[in-house]
Amino acid sequence: MKRFVYINDDESPTQELYCDNRISNRKYTLLNFLPKNLWEQFSRFMNQYFLLIACLQLWSLITPVNPASTWGPLIFIFAVSATKEAWDDYNRYLSDKKANEKEVWVVRKGIKKHIQAQDIHVGNIVWLRENDEVPCDLVLIGTSDPQGLCYVETAALDGETDLKTRVIPSACMGIDSELLHKIKGVVECPNPDKDIRRFDANLRLFPPFIDNDVCPLTIKNTILQSCYLRNTEWVCGVAVYTGNETKLGMSRGVPEPKLTAMDAMIDKLTGAIFVFQIVVVIVLGIAGNVWKDTEARKKWYVLYPNEGPWYELLVIPLRFELLCSIMIPISIKVSLDLVKSLYAKFIDWDAEMIDYETGCPSHATNTAISEDLGQVEYILTDKTGTLTENKMVFRRCCISGIFYGNESGNALKDAQLLNAVASGSTDVIRFLTVMAICNTVIPVQSKTGAILYKAQSQDEDALVQAAAKLHMVLFNRSGNILETRYNASVFHYEVLETLEFTSDRKRMSVVVRDCQNGKIILLSKGADEAILPYAAAGQQTRTFSEAVEQYAQLGLRTLCLAWRELKEDEYHEWYLMFREASSTLVDREWRIAEVCQRLEHDLEVLGVTAIEDRLQDGVPETIETLRKAGINFWMLTGDKQNTAIQIALSCNFISPEPKGQLLLIDGKTEDEVSRSFERVLLTMRITTSEPKDVAFVVDGWALEILLKHYRKAFTELAILSRTAICCRVTPSQKAQLVELLKSCDYRTLAIGDGGNDVRMIQQAAIGVGISGREGLQAARAADYSIGKFRFLKRLILVHGRYSYNRTAFLSQYSFYKSLLICFIQIFFSFISGVSGTSLFNSVSLMAYNVFYTSIPVLVSVLDKDLSEEMVMQHPQILFYCQAGRLLNPSTFAGWFGRSLFHAIVVFIISINAYAYEKSEMEEVAMMALSGCIWLQAFVVTLETNSFTILQHLAIWGNLIAFYVINWIVSSIPSSGMYTIMFRLCRQPTYWITVFLIVAAGMGPILALKYFRYTYRPSKINTLQQAERLGGPILSLGNIEPQPRSLEKEVSPLSITQPKNRSLVYEPLLSDSPNTRRSLGSGTPFDFFQSQSRSSSSSYSRNCKDN
Amino acid sequence: MSNNAASSSAGANGSAHSAAPRGNSKRPKYSKFTQQELPACKPILTPRWVISAFMLVSIIFIPIGVVSLFASRDVVEIVDRYDTECIPEQNRTDKVGYIRSSANTTCNRTLKVTKHMKQPIYVYYQLDNFYQNHRRYVKSRSDEQLRSPSGENETSTCKPEDTNGAAIVPCGLIAWSLFNDTYSFSRNNEQLHVNKKGISWKSDRDHKFGKDVFPKNFQNGSLIGGASLNASIPLSEQEDLIVWMRTAALPTFRKLYGKIQKDLQPDDEIHVILQNNYNTYSFNGKKKLVLSTTSWLGGKNDFLGIAYLTVGGLCFFLAMCFTVVYLVKPRRLGDPSYLSWNRTPGGH
Repeated sequence: MKRFVYINDDESPTQELYCDNRISNRKYTLLNFLPKNLWEQFSRFMNQYFLLIACLQLWSLITPVNPASTWGPLIFIFAVSATKEAWDDYNRYLSDKKANEKEVWVVRKGIKKHIQAQDIHVGNIVWLRENDEVPCDLVLIGTSDPQGLCYVETAALDGETDLKTRVIPSACMGIDSELLHKIKGVVECPNPDKDIRRFDANLRLFPPFIDNDVCPLTIKNTILQSCYLRNTEWVCGVAVYTGNETKLGMSRGVPEPKLTAMDAMIDKLTGAIFVFQIVVVIVLGIAGNVWKDTEARKKWYVLYPNEGPWYELLVIPLRFELLCSIMIPISIKVSLDLVKSLYAKFIDWDAEMIDYETGCPSHATNTAISEDLGQVEYILTDKTGTLTENKMVFRRCCISGIFYGNESGNALKDAQLLNAVASGSTDVIRFLTVMAICNTVIPVQSKTGAILYKAQSQDEDALVQAAAKLHMVLFNRSGNILETRYNASVFHYEVLETLEFTSDRKRMSVVVRDCQNGKIILLSKGADEAILPYAAAGQQTRTFSEAVEQYAQLGLRTLCLAWRELKEDEYHEWYLMFREASSTLVDREWRIAEVCQRLEHDLEVLGVTAIEDRLQDGVPETIETLRKAGINFWMLTGDKQNTAIQIALSCNFISPEPKGQLLLIDGKTEDEVSRSFERVLLTMRITTSEPKDVAFVVDGWALEILLKHYRKAFTELAILSRTAICCRVTPSQKAQLVELLKSCDYRTLAIGDGGNDVRMIQQAAIGVGISGREGLQAARAADYSIGKFRFLKRLILVHGRYSYNRTAFLSQYSFYKSLLICFIQIFFSFISGVSGTSLFNSVSLMAYNVFYTSIPVLVSVLDKDLSEEMVMQHPQILFYCQAGRLLNPSTFAGWFGRSLFHAIVVFIISINAYAYEKSEMEEVAMMALSGCIWLQAFVVTLETNSFTILQHLAIWGNLIAFYVINWIVSSIPSSGMYTIMFRLCRQPTYWITVFLIVAAGMGPILALKYFRYTYRPSKINTLQQAERLGGPILSLGNIEPQPRSLEKEVSPLSITQPKNRSLVYEPLLSDSPNTRRSLGSGTPFDFFQSQSRSSSSSYSRNCKDN
Repeated sequence: MSNNAASSSAGANGSAHSAAPRGNSKRPKYSKFTQQELPACKPILTPRWVISAFMLVSIIFIPIGVVSLFASRDVVEIVDRYDTECIPEQNRTDKVGYIRSSANTTCNRTLKVTKHMKQPIYVYYQLDNFYQNHRRYVKSRSDEQLRSPSGENETSTCKPEDTNGAAIVPCGLIAWSLFNDTYSFSRNNEQLHVNKKGISWKSDRDHKFGKDVFPKNFQNGSLIGGASLNASIPLSEQEDLIVWMRTAALPTFRKLYGKIQKDLQPDDEIHVILQNNYNTYSFNGKKKLVLSTTSWLGGKNDFLGIAYLTVGGLCFFLAMCFTVVYLVKPRRLGDPSYLSWNRTPGGH
């Protein structure tokens, strides 16, 4: 489980034990490419089927056509996907090679040498200069910085663009850079894993370097592969993980390919056709054998031998198997792959989905699942950064009971606060100090003298900025020393310890020594429930909790700030424990949290900050539209309940009171949770019949209980409820919820922007990442990355819907045309002695599948049944895609029937028109083929909704191409159909027959379609008619009486009129624990009423207090 | 059909966007194709359009049907089934035995011309229940061998009639089963010459059957199938064989025997002396002798005419029905009242 890395030990066996630093992302090597790739391709059922058919065709006794007619397309398909794989792999090889051959400085036998990156071994000391890329995972042992700091950019690793500080371990502090060449020691570290936030290891240097003391190492002491060194002249470090065993290398991995619901349906239909084919083969095989034994033996000219080989009984069934093998179109896979990649391209190209603020276009990483977008039923969305801009602005604060910024909505302009700052009130100064230094922000002084802040979290950035505006400027952080400037005076603080933020602790603290008076202070900031309970006894925290509640109701993010003076010995005692905890290898995080807990108590709460996170543009409209489209929204956020509810209200997630209703699942104990849950479930069951908009709200703690003990009932609730708000949930709970919905066979889309959404995004059927401020982590893991939440509307309604419609047509059409030609072959077998003769020759069969019928249908990727505006106006139409109305067994049965009907038409007309003296095999075959081609051209025409020039080109051009190709083939003397096409085209009978086939084949279909279109129109048809006749569009717009004025009011989160807003929304809200208890008595409806009264009263009291 | 070219507004949108500030160069180039905004015509099925389409089809189809039917009716055809008649009464219990025996199978038939027949009059033999399209049969030939002497030994596809010690030319079941009844015609004791030149496709004579390929080893085996060939005439001139080797797609087919290049008058009696050699008795096949004139549509075949009239009539009927329904119960297209989203979606 552990690895021991001997530093700078050229003879140690570790060099052999661990791999070198050769990075290889390649899937194949030159030697194993063919077998491995073929093996992968043949692991798919369809390919196995085609291979079997192709092999059977090699047996000339049974093959009805030239084996080339199957081998050709098969090899083509395989070559295409193999080439694609090979090309991708080659590119990976090239980039690997570039990385592997990069020159780096490495110490070898005590001398610094320039070697290629791939020759780095575990234990080597690597030297890097500023702006170098880190070649492997290193443990720092030295930097140019006297404090032992260095800065790295980790964008390639986690997408975060800000600089991160890394520090050399204490044991290596102060070692002369010349001596670093000779350093020896051992690093004890865990085996490679992919956790880029964790590195629990120990370092021990060998004499003469200091003592035998074990020095703990954390992720802070490492620089990882693919990071860049910035703002630091040089660093050197020991390679601990190399090659593909680095953190980056381990986290790479091929995600499982996602299969769309549509693919699954197509597979199912393929299976059905396969069964049908087997039945046909068995029936015809038996009939053929019977006919052979009764009739064929009488036919002396066939000269059947009396004694056949043992497999004779099999010959005819196998012949029919081959004859019918085209039922499953070999072209469907290629066509689908092709159009899917085009759908993805359309998303990439879409000018309306470019985020013009960042110039970031939308991108479809996964090109295979566009149809699923049109079938989404549940959207699970993150809040921060997804619905909101994640652009934090400090808006209000409450310092020792005084509210600032309530009038203007901006505390920074609140004269009262400015006065308090100017007068230097102690509370305010302390408050500002915590704002300025309780963080990990790095100030960078630009040349003009302005100070830029590099912050890891947006909240910290907002706080530091606000503090600076209030004259408490953090202007320098060098090593452990922080310098702030208040008015003209400069304060120095020595940072002793940073107690980092984790999502479990929900707070972070720093321990600093005030260099002015030598006092040690603990500064904390965190969520209210992580701070207020730890307030010093006797302190009134009620004002603060009211402030938190009030701010949360306005949708603001709150943080409580607190501080405490530590005694010297208390700190030292704690420090030892902390050190011990932070050098443990097992459960370090938990141990540290426990130790931190011991310091963070008896806090003096200074105040509450409120940070606004604005809603992104167009979020309410987008959610409203998508909800109208029948998509259910769940909001999963780590944020507080009130903030979440408030955001949910302001972005149309839930409707305000009279129509909407919120049901809370809450409780302190398991019992309470289960009782409230049962109540909610009951209410939900009752209200499903009413046109009410009911949503349930659950928090992480209750969710955990529910998922553990009431999974089944919770699933029922999830099905009943269209909307849910889950607050304070962890990343893994987000993923669990996705899993829950998926297990109910819902198609889920998860959208998020941060690293905490990655699991949910990967888990969902479709993951959408917002390339936002929290880095690109989510966008990278996602199937689609978009710049703004509002693009989701277009992604689903336009791209998803069109993709679904197009694929539905394309796939069914592919089956239609294969069945058409196959039915004709089957009918022909009835008049050819059930012997398995193929009517069509090999060239025609192959060209039919590959050219004549594939090209016209491919342009259906440009087909639009409704204009984009119409879809946006009537998002309800998405229902047809969600419910799979356009591709399901019954629509497929329609296509099946159509191909049967067309086959009968073509066959009957061809053999009757070309009877008697005209009955020549090649001519009849070409006649029937022409009939098929003409029919399919008209079928595509009839099913196309919008004709662009390309469609005309493809459909009619294809028809012309059919004749041109056949004329060319007909002019080759050695071909079987020499002169046939010329002869046919000169015969009036041919043309008369073709038109007869078209009229007889299309007439009934047109009539049926017309009848349905006019007298039984689907909603799509109605909208089509409305759109194209132009007239009633306006009146259609009016049938949605939803007033849009409401959301206009809501969206800017009108901080200026809190009273008006609270009157409307408060009835829904509840937070205070006493009302929660009252849940046991009274109906839930009453419960909400009482809630409203209590919270509104408390709110007005707050106002009065001010 | 009402067409809407919906393009202009979209184009304007796009240009407005391109004027917006842009960040990096990853921005895709704006084009109508990439934005899926190619100008498109979007037809819908309006009653007027559909009814006039059906009307149009019926207006075109009915006259064509009438013309085709007349063309077919103009063709004069004399069909004489002789397979049973040409077997002496006493042999009819064992037709197969008779046809296989070496007895004289000459048979006299008299055909009566009912209508004036203009030359050229085509003489066909028609076989029923003869599966030239049987898989075993249709594949049993070698085009290489027929084309040139160098391909003489390319007999692998010809099984079971491939070799007979040496390669058989022409090999295969098709050639082996060559039809061998012969006819000679006379009118009023005056011989009617049957022209057997040019009855096959010219392309076959020129390219498929070699001028320097001569029958070899043909019908030499123990089993004699059909006709034998004169070994001194090249295959390209063996027109009966060439015609026979154009296999028929249906079990009932006619093959051209020759042409009579004299007009026949009504009430002419034609005497046919035929050699009834070909065995169709073992599988109950019929043999017919057909004399037929031709029209621009080919031989006598009412199918196309009737089919055209039927389809035209049905289209007319549908057009009428739709018109009546449209007039009786008009329905506004795109009526928003059909859009009721609030109803349960499943109830559609």
